[in-house]
Amino acid sequence: MINIKNIEKSFGTKKVLRGVSLNIEKGQSVVIIGGSGSGKSVLLKNILGLMTPDKGEIIIDGRNTVGLSRRARADIDARIGMLFQNGALFDSLTIWQNVAFADIQSRGISQDEARAIARDALERVELSEDVLDLYPASLSGGMHKRVGLARAIAAKPDIIFFDEPTTGLDPIMTDVINHLIVDCVKDLGATTMTITHDMTSVRAIADVTAFLYEGQFIWTGTQDELEHNDNPYLRQFMEGLPEGPIRVEGATA
Amino acid sequence: MSYIAIIGQFFIGFFAASGRLSLFTFHGLSAVFVPPLYPRIILQQVMRIGYYSLPVVALTSFFTGGVLALQIYYGGNQFNSESIVASIVALGITRELGPVLAGLMVAGRVSAAIAAEIGTMRVTEQIDALTTLSTDPFKYLVAPRLIAATICMPILAFVADVIGIFGGYSVGTQSLGFNSAIYVQKTYNFLELGDITSGLIKAAAFGFIIALLGCYHGYNSSGGAQGVGRATTNAVVSASILILAANYLMTSLLFAS
Repeated sequence: MINIKNIEKSFGTKKVLRGVSLNIEKGQSVVIIGGSGSGKSVLLKNILGLMTPDKGEIIIDGRNTVGLSRRARADIDARIGMLFQNGALFDSLTIWQNVAFADIQSRGISQDEARAIARDALERVELSEDVLDLYPASLSGGMHKRVGLARAIAAKPDIIFFDEPTTGLDPIMTDVINHLIVDCVKDLGATTMTITHDMTSVRAIADVTAFLYEGQFIWTGTQDELEHNDNPYLRQFMEGLPEGPIRVEGATA
Repeated sequence: MSYIAIIGQFFIGFFAASGRLSLFTFHGLSAVFVPPLYPRIILQQVMRIGYYSLPVVALTSFFTGGVLALQIYYGGNQFNSESIVASIVALGITRELGPVLAGLMVAGRVSAAIAAEIGTMRVTEQIDALTTLSTDPFKYLVAPRLIAATICMPILAFVADVIGIFGGYSVGTQSLGFNSAIYVQKTYNFLELGDITSGLIKAAAFGFIIALLGCYHGYNSSGGAQGVGRATTNAVVSASILILAANYLMTSLLFAS
């Protein structure tokens, strides 16, 4: 369904992605892990068309999306949902306007219809309709994420991206978000790609895990393979050890 | 060699920035003229840019009109000063001070607000979110602000004209002892429609500049809170400079003919 072929991306002299390739099957939940600065977010932005790779192809449902204008890829965008790291809710809009944003803009639906869509999506993420008329500034971090998740699934997309969905949350809220993601994805039957460095999320969400290190996937495998892997880089990352083959970014020699 | 490098770097930077601004202007104008437009957001911006700028523009122009009357009176020949003060206040305010001061005040207020709002949206990924939700940020964010500012500025400049002349009239009649009827008649006699319309045309251009630079700096901001702060400062400074430069250019074009 999503086929990433040999993507390269540099910023000035810094090579962030060095030939990244990955294949995501329909209905599969792929989790990309890696340290800060490993290129995870850049890869995601390239797939979403927010950045253009220097080299390589990103094929979604048989179509190479690299270099396509927003208008040319509008039909693909309409099938994609995205949960941003900090929710990226629109400050000037109420929660129901945020959640039903895609439907309001693309179909010009009435206020009643939009509120109904928002109410339904919020219910899926276990938020009551009391929040419908609030503004994002009055929500807590966990509620922000849940509203962001509601917005990502409101238009019933068949591809969903999650960018660090549990960063900055307490362990209980992390568990809640992980389970909501699993439930929502199961309900929609969507194909998903999640970026995280939280191993709890990986164990809860992933069908397949891919480990990105210095702009390349150096390990890919299933949950079972992940738990029994002997890759020294991945083991150091999973166990959070300061000593090992992974060089800590910005550390002195 | 290092001097040449510095000069070269300056010119390359200048032309690169000009090119980026030109491209941004082109995209902004395309978004204005190609549907869909967002009437509700345009109205919202008219309120923010136009309506809420009224007090600051009114106060500025009232005192400017008053000061102008005083300066002409004390600085010039005080005999026959009624006719000179009335005419220079009317011409000065309508041709120059009304639109330029309104432009500079709105640049400070609105350009900064636009840059801060769009800049915050940029650094908190809200602009990326708009794009992924199949909404063109230029149509949703830039075009409504360009339209609203271009519509509102001539109205604000007209308000500045009226209140500025009233400021001159108030000081003239209350403080300098001018005859009210003669002051009004002299103002009316000297003022021509062209004086007012030239100021309003300039004001429309200033409105476009204010919104354009606010959007440009906000849209291209990066680097968190510091980046948004930098974008806000740059928006106000560049909009103010460009307003003064455009004022000179437009005055020479409008009055040469």
